[in-house]
Amino acid sequence: MDLHFGDAEPTAEERAAVDALLGPPVTAWEGGDRTEADLRSAARAEQARDRLLPALHAVNDRVGWISEGALAYICRRLTIPPAEAYGVASFYSLFSMEPRPARVLHVCTDLACLAKGVRDAGEGVASPCLGLCERAPAALALEAGLPPKATVYGGSPAADATPYTVERPEPPVADAVPQAGGQGLVLLRRVGVVDPASLDDYRANGGYQALRRAFELGPAGVIREVTEAGLVGRGGAAFPTGRKWDATARQPDQPHYLVCNADESEPGTFKDRVIMEGDPYALVEAMTIAAYATGCRKGYLYIRGEYPRATAALETAIRTARARGMLGADILGHGFAFDIELRKGAGAYICGEETAIFNSIEGYRGEPRTKPPFPVEKGLFGKPTVVNNVETLVNVLPILLTGGSDTKLFCVSGSVGRPGVYELPLGTPLRELLDLARPAGRLKAVLLGGAAGSFVTDLDVPLSFEGTRAAGATLGSGVVMVLDEEVDLPAFLVRIAAFFRDESCGQCVPCRVGTVRQEEALHRLGRRRSDEDLVLLREVGQTMRDASICGLGQTAWNAVESAIDRLGAFK
Amino acid sequence: MSYDRLTHPLVREDGVLRRASWDEALDAAARGFLRNIARHGPDSFAMLSCARSTNEMNYVGQKFTRVVVGTNNVDSCNRTCHAPSVAGLSAVFGSGGGTSSYQEVEDTDVIIMWGSAARNAHPIFFHHVLKAIHKGARMFAVDPRRTGTAQWADRWLGLNVGTDIPLAHAIAREIIHERLHNETFIRRATTGFEEFAEQVEPWTLSVAEQVTGVPKEAIRELAHAYARADRAQLCWTLGITEHHNATDNVRALINLALLTGHVGRYGSGLSPLRGQNNVQGGGDMGAIPNRLPGFQDILDPEIRQRFENAWQVPIQPRYGLNLTQMLEAMAEGELTTCYLIGENPVQSEADSLACVKRLSMLDHLVVQDIFLTKTAQMADVVLPASAAWCESEGTFTNSERRVQRVRKALDPPGEARDDIWIMCEIARRMGHDWHYDGAQEVWDELRRLSPAHTGMTYRRLEEHQGIQWPCPSEDAIEPPYLHGRLWKEDPGPRAPFAVLEHSPPVDLLDEEYPFRLTTGRRLDSYNTGVQSSGFASPLRRGETIELCPEDAAQLGLARGEEVRISSRRGTVVAPVHIDPALRPGLVFMTMHFPDEVDTNALTIEATCPIAGTAEFKAAAVRIEKVS
Amino acid sequence: MIPLQPPRRLIDVEVDGEAVRVPEGSTVLDACRTAGKDIPTLCYGDTLTPKNACRVCVVEVEGSRTLAPACSRKAEAGMVVGTDTARARHSRKVVLELLASSTDLSTTPMAKEWMADYGADPARFGEEAATVAQPPKVDNDLYVRDYGKCILCYKCVDACGEQWQNSFAISVAGRGFDATISTEFDVALTDSACVYCGNCVEVCPTGALSFKTEFDMRAEGTWDESEQTTTTTICSYCGVGCNLTLHVQDNKIVKVTSPHDNPVTHGNLCIKGRFGYGYV
Repeated sequence: MDLHFGDAEPTAEERAAVDALLGPPVTAWEGGDRTEADLRSAARAEQARDRLLPALHAVNDRVGWISEGALAYICRRLTIPPAEAYGVASFYSLFSMEPRPARVLHVCTDLACLAKGVRDAGEGVASPCLGLCERAPAALALEAGLPPKATVYGGSPAADATPYTVERPEPPVADAVPQAGGQGLVLLRRVGVVDPASLDDYRANGGYQALRRAFELGPAGVIREVTEAGLVGRGGAAFPTGRKWDATARQPDQPHYLVCNADESEPGTFKDRVIMEGDPYALVEAMTIAAYATGCRKGYLYIRGEYPRATAALETAIRTARARGMLGADILGHGFAFDIELRKGAGAYICGEETAIFNSIEGYRGEPRTKPPFPVEKGLFGKPTVVNNVETLVNVLPILLTGGSDTKLFCVSGSVGRPGVYELPLGTPLRELLDLARPAGRLKAVLLGGAAGSFVTDLDVPLSFEGTRAAGATLGSGVVMVLDEEVDLPAFLVRIAAFFRDESCGQCVPCRVGTVRQEEALHRLGRRRSDEDLVLLREVGQTMRDASICGLGQTAWNAVESAIDRLGAFK
Repeated sequence: MSYDRLTHPLVREDGVLRRASWDEALDAAARGFLRNIARHGPDSFAMLSCARSTNEMNYVGQKFTRVVVGTNNVDSCNRTCHAPSVAGLSAVFGSGGGTSSYQEVEDTDVIIMWGSAARNAHPIFFHHVLKAIHKGARMFAVDPRRTGTAQWADRWLGLNVGTDIPLAHAIAREIIHERLHNETFIRRATTGFEEFAEQVEPWTLSVAEQVTGVPKEAIRELAHAYARADRAQLCWTLGITEHHNATDNVRALINLALLTGHVGRYGSGLSPLRGQNNVQGGGDMGAIPNRLPGFQDILDPEIRQRFENAWQVPIQPRYGLNLTQMLEAMAEGELTTCYLIGENPVQSEADSLACVKRLSMLDHLVVQDIFLTKTAQMADVVLPASAAWCESEGTFTNSERRVQRVRKALDPPGEARDDIWIMCEIARRMGHDWHYDGAQEVWDELRRLSPAHTGMTYRRLEEHQGIQWPCPSEDAIEPPYLHGRLWKEDPGPRAPFAVLEHSPPVDLLDEEYPFRLTTGRRLDSYNTGVQSSGFASPLRRGETIELCPEDAAQLGLARGEEVRISSRRGTVVAPVHIDPALRPGLVFMTMHFPDEVDTNALTIEATCPIAGTAEFKAAAVRIEKVS
Repeated sequence: MIPLQPPRRLIDVEVDGEAVRVPEGSTVLDACRTAGKDIPTLCYGDTLTPKNACRVCVVEVEGSRTLAPACSRKAEAGMVVGTDTARARHSRKVVLELLASSTDLSTTPMAKEWMADYGADPARFGEEAATVAQPPKVDNDLYVRDYGKCILCYKCVDACGEQWQNSFAISVAGRGFDATISTEFDVALTDSACVYCGNCVEVCPTGALSFKTEFDMRAEGTWDESEQTTTTTICSYCGVGCNLTLHVQDNKIVKVTSPHDNPVTHGNLCIKGRFGYGYV
């Protein structure tokens, strides 16, 4: 490609950050010294577009921001047009394209923290949900450097004078699981029980039994068991996992890819984080099984950039599994080759959408793709791809060992005494879950499914996919956010609207402009009642639902609609 | 600087050009021609026809030369660019056109861009190449500089200037030694393979690496890719043709196509990319000294007979002078009058000072142009013409032989008139009562005389958005590629391999002139800049001498610093531009800004003996600081 | 021989109750146009891969949960399409309102007619409604970027990028409502990879990108399309033979485009063909 570069040069530190990731440049044409051979012949530099996101992270995490010189150097190394790389870098909220201090404090101002009284970000930068809802109000300090540092803050009231400057150890993972160590847990049974860093500990607690069983069953057998167990996706869409795997496995086009969607960003959701932090090998094993069943040799684990502890746990788990032959060329001596590449997101809720995640991994803007074609046909790099959420994948382990668990994880936050991740049988009435979590104050409503979900007041609604659907709600990602009578409902709705406005990728008009108009109308309604604005909300909402490209726009009006219809908001 | 359009005729009086009426100017033009013909015979006349004007104008122009004057001395600036391509292709295949279509470039498997900076010089052609690349085709770029084109290549081969034949020979030898040549095609459709194989035998990869500077692995890669491709296109531009042995260069490339059978099939072919909008059409229309309209050989008595019947005059049974020979004949005093239409040789010819001297020896010079160019300023009569592409009706023929309609969108300024009208008026004053009722009448006359164009009515050209020649019938469209006959059991005239010798650039490098200067085009400018200076291109930075960072450092030069560049012929001053696409010893200039920096004061007038093209691509220069 | 394309199968589709037969691989938009149904489009370009970003072309497809973009959805055998259902009309109306309330559509062809047709009332979002209004970017003498008129259809990015020009001078930067078409770090075009081919201007559906001549004439109030003639001829520069459509007002060339169905250009030109007419 005949790329155009300006005069900006990278600093030594920026260059070192990129070279540490990519190795030194091989030719003059990609940023190395000019040699005589370079000036006589050159092969085309192939675009290494999929290294873009890691390269941007490398600079941003080391220097704190991405300068013109740094971006140009990345582009030279990877053969990417600077304008395109800029478009990608500026898509992610964790990257800065202008100078800023090395340490940035991201203060969660999202729903669960709002419910705990947070009004603004104070000294920090306002952040969408950090997935630390059991510790709300929460904050995350990211400090660029070698190595970069991340400090998680939770459970401190924002009014505290110096809470976000001192480094403090995080509480143990098990603190997020009120049932930890208890009976009846299947998916969470090892959280707080095993050392998350220890493969031996994992194996001593039933680890890698399921993979052995998978090898006995063969790929078709695994798919049959998963199909028969009736497992459906836990990311929100509840699509039958067995069908997805079967469709991918049957695709003649090669290679196949596995993507684990760990970009858990739905406000109020933190279950995947807890699994990854507390039982990372379970995810590695489950991915290996999924890859075996669907014929993938390569898997990407896409984790949101705001999960430092989960990222560290998985890095350790993947490295250790590889060292012990649980990943790599010949897993467990069964001739099956598979490896996992960990990809860090950089602050974009939309990248959890199953096709936006492909664009993000490939080094493009994390914009959803048009479906059809569906991922099983043309997914990552245009190849057949199976995308599963973390919770979905770890469900495969008990299916192969005991025929499956009938349980689901719920992320309980808001006005309760014992927030955290709960594991209960599907169909458990909402009331029972609340009894365990101990609501504080007089209950006003429960937000099921997160910002894209809806409010319910009927506590007898069974927590199953069918049950919630019958009640006009959704389980979504398992968010159960409890609001008491004290909640400022209009402000809460404005925050939901602001979330979608912030996180809209901007690709399609209904969502890009509709989320803005929705927020504006809610602001107005917060000041005065207006039938016109209610009509307007409904019309814009219906259009977002009908005409948006992806689930973000299609669901951006759900919660507001249910608040108006069920909670009598703005009456 | 930008030029103003000519809006009225000019005649020279007492040594200066003054405004004149059309009658006055046309009379003066005709009178001068008649005087010289009467005194020195018809061969004292020459016409330079315009490669930027329509086919119809070129048809009338060559007819004027052959019928009104009675000589074959007609040529165009084709000479300064692609005459060698035409000469080479027609010597091998009997036809001078590129053999393929743009669509075939998109559908091919391997593309070789040899001496062609198409990314900048032919941007829309390169779109078709890019389509092919995105579809998975492999592209190779052969160019001393790592141009924009080369940056898109799977492999760039940065050869020494003027070592194209050694490189082609080494490729051929590698193909033959690896038995990758197409034996069936060679046996059936070619002649002279044995002698050719013998000739290239000494050119091992190692020898070629020493001579061309290209690593042998790269030569081998190209050879294998080209020979093993199911379909392959070989495209070239002025990097091949602006050399003293240009026709040999072209033949060297054609040899490779013959060796591998990459010609005469869909997707496989040879494409010279033409530099001017109608340089293809000018030749097709017979505005060259050796061909009648339809690219028909003037030496063929049957063909001549057909034209003599149609035109009712005898046609000289011999070739006329080409541009290079014309310039020589001026110096000898044999050529005394010249009718230049839309040509600016003073600024486009190599060794421009010599050209000025020769033109000034003419007795009578008529220049018909849209600008008062440097050449027009030397004329006895200046006739203001309309701009062909937007002020007249007609057709152009592009690099893929597609004849397309040109339409009038604007009225010409002032008194400027259509080329054909002007020529008819002069013809009338010279005793030929010519009248054409518009361009279509000219075209229909041409269609009757040129079998290749017979099927192309204006209506069909409109319908099909242009038609590629040959198009002998109004009822059919021929395949987009030429020479399909070569794949028939009886291929007709066989295609000869050429046995060629390497001949390095004439202007030798030595201690006094250590830098190899090569020339070319930039994206936003064109030829001598007369047209392209009319718009405010944000990319334009004027003439510079481009050199590599290493040479700049060694000479202690910074960007923008003025330097003196001297060759054995002249000296110019230009600012420095540093370009990493160059390597030590290789420097680059354009010819776009002759009024500021006359690059052609440096270039050498060493011409190709067959086609007459000068070696613009290789001069030896010295670079000095201006302190 | 010229390789033959494999024959395309024909499939039957129903559009507004009418049976239509189209070649396999056609889009719903193709089917609708075959049926003589006029559907508004903005981001759709006849030389570009559909991006389906604007969503004004949405139609109702039986069995589909959401509306489908006609421009990109492939027609399938037995598909039942409603182009003018209440639901489709409603979405089109609101999409037009969302666009018109945030973007200056004054130079968007057909916008006024569509708004009237669908009863769109962009004023109902109030005077405080956020817009993308901003001053035009005039950083060179050839063309102007007036992003207050930009609907982010991606066509310029696609034309500049891999689909045609491969210069990649611009991209979409930022996110959501704040997204813009931008060079790297928003540098001026003169510092960017732009080669001034104008192929972005050729495909812009709203006049956000316009030639400087048109921009200046509009500012002076002299731009008058009813006084313009268009004539297609051939470029006067290199030998590729690009087709130019000259837009002439008062015997002056005011704009140059290229026919999109032309086999040489596919609607694309280079700087010389697009802008190099100053000398006539």
